[in-house]
Amino acid sequence: MKKTKVGLFIPCYINQLYPQVAIATLELLEKLNVDVYYPQGQTCCGQPLGNSGYEEDSKGACNLFVENFKEYDYIVGPSGSCIYHVKHHFDILEQTPEVIKVRNNAYELCEFLVKILGVTDLGASFPHKVGLHKSCHGLRGLKLGSCSEVMGPHFSTEEDLLNNVKGLELMSLNRKDECCGFGGTFSVFEEAISVKMGKDRIQDHLDSDVEVITGADHSCLMHLEGLINRNKQPLKVMHIAEILNSSL
Amino acid sequence: MKHSEKAEIFNKDEAKVNWHDKALWYVREKRDNSAHKVQGWEYLRELGSGIKANVLSNLDEYLIQFESNAKKNGIHVHWASNAEEHNEIVNSILVKHDAKKVVKSKSMLTEECHLNPYLEKKGIEVIDTDLGERIVQLAKEPPSHIVLPAIHKTKEEVDVLFQEHLGTKPSQGNPEYLVSEARKHLRNKFLKADVAITGVNFAVADTGGVVVCTNEGNADMGVHLAKAHIACMGIEKIIPQEKHLGVFLRLLARSATGQPITTYSSHFNKAEEGKEMHIIIVDNGRTEQLSREDFRASLHCIRCGACMNTCPIYRRSGGHSYDYTIPGPIGSILSPGKDLKKHSSLPFASTLCGSCSNVCPVKINIHEQLYKWRQVIVKEEKQPVIKKAVLKTAGVVLSKPGLYDFAGKSARFALKNFPKFMIYNKLNAWGKARDLPEVKNDNFDEWFKKRNKDG
Repeated sequence: MKKTKVGLFIPCYINQLYPQVAIATLELLEKLNVDVYYPQGQTCCGQPLGNSGYEEDSKGACNLFVENFKEYDYIVGPSGSCIYHVKHHFDILEQTPEVIKVRNNAYELCEFLVKILGVTDLGASFPHKVGLHKSCHGLRGLKLGSCSEVMGPHFSTEEDLLNNVKGLELMSLNRKDECCGFGGTFSVFEEAISVKMGKDRIQDHLDSDVEVITGADHSCLMHLEGLINRNKQPLKVMHIAEILNSSL
Repeated sequence: MKHSEKAEIFNKDEAKVNWHDKALWYVREKRDNSAHKVQGWEYLRELGSGIKANVLSNLDEYLIQFESNAKKNGIHVHWASNAEEHNEIVNSILVKHDAKKVVKSKSMLTEECHLNPYLEKKGIEVIDTDLGERIVQLAKEPPSHIVLPAIHKTKEEVDVLFQEHLGTKPSQGNPEYLVSEARKHLRNKFLKADVAITGVNFAVADTGGVVVCTNEGNADMGVHLAKAHIACMGIEKIIPQEKHLGVFLRLLARSATGQPITTYSSHFNKAEEGKEMHIIIVDNGRTEQLSREDFRASLHCIRCGACMNTCPIYRRSGGHSYDYTIPGPIGSILSPGKDLKKHSSLPFASTLCGSCSNVCPVKINIHEQLYKWRQVIVKEEKQPVIKKAVLKTAGVVLSKPGLYDFAGKSARFALKNFPKFMIYNKLNAWGKARDLPEVKNDNFDEWFKKRNKDG
């Protein structure tokens, strides 16, 4: 039988600025015996352009994405918002069988681990008080978990994974799923509000006795980290892949 | 002024922003608790959305049916294609009754049509009778929220305002005292009014009657005391049958304030003996919005304000930052349809977090429409030169792996080696309050190549 092939998608900003997140993602998938490949010549899913209104100009990047990943059974990336973009906004391309295949098979990392591989315990150990930032595109867009404003049973893919990490204490926040204010180019064009929203999210984690903020979308974490470092606050920021891959 | 600029000004007073945010978050949580008590809440939203979709697809028929039934009840029905016509019709009714004093129960449509200044110019006294509306009217400001029009004002600010306009004593913002003084003041206005104007929450096609929802009973008081009642409605306020009220009345109050139902759901089906009732049905850009496939669902809106309460940007920028009658997420998808140029910054006043779509009782895909408006605006409106150049260049770079690799390396080199002043300056809005990521190692591409060579 043909083995399932997974194409590893590393978003542009993670590739350039947070290689440790990409490494952790790759190592996690390899640990689970996934047949994982990293297609060369990857750039970006086109989200920064689309969200800024320049969807037309992102077609080149989107087509390249499809070209890079069309041969894989699954496309897995450590970023909810990029995966959301592929799944929901690639309708600007002609819907060829390749485009449809790529859109249907793109998965955010946590979702892939829990829903496709059926694994929640990765044998990780991380003895710290952790606050989970539920990024909006993953939460409300990809439905990685239940949202506080939608009525129905509680579920969370990320919590399922973190609850199985040895020594990890998942802290509860006052506002469980409020946006951090990153929002791509929003962070620059609506600078004042973006910063205020980020500060408020951080304060919630501080009030809840958190040591490490984690999440499945490093763009939100980059924004929060920028504020934490500027204000010299006693918090660390780590992508969920790094925590799930840690065996301290 | 752009939303971002107004929001920045609002953010100068951080304590006020925190207070504003908390007040609205409190309402959002009340809404959650209240919705949790309704079994099948999500199904109810689906039903509400479905009924509205039906209404919009058959709007012409429902409107004609409504008009015919209203006329049978002896109601005078008028049609206005725009704000100007609406105001003229109101005025003609006032002239007919020789009316000099008007009481109004909250109506966002009359705000949209700028009825107050129009009537005031003609020497008519118009009193907004909803307490919040009266407060902003005294302050000569527009409402900053459609359900909580004075949410941006503290009790202490209201105290000062009442001292100035109503001659109250200083009370350090004692709410009981202020409300009782407002009640006395308004009672006096109700008793002397010639004509009462109300909005319409729901117009029922199969009965020809309208329903107005208030918490203060001010619509009732106005209508029952005045000689004539003018109800002003947008064409999208129609619901097909009276039984559908069961869906919308349950959705509306819970979404708006977390109440099971508004204190008064007043049904007006015909004029009282010896009095007159008029209904003005207003388009004012709505059919045009209806014609835009991507944005027509914005007309589902039942004006509950839930999207404002949940919106983390609205809560921190205040309603006036939107500079439109309907602020917040729903206003940001309605306003570009009215004036694309003037409101072109509003669809960008969002992180597209999607919470607005989740709370919307009639399931408007608000955040998706915000995304779509952005595409339209970039095509149709002149864009800032730098923004355009940066994004267009990014489009080219991201489509070519070689260029991308070079750009990535250059950026990382700059972050690592350039002196601080070159990175943190006026052009870098990110760096004003946030540090940039620290660059330590190779990028992932380089790491991966090395590992494979070594391995």
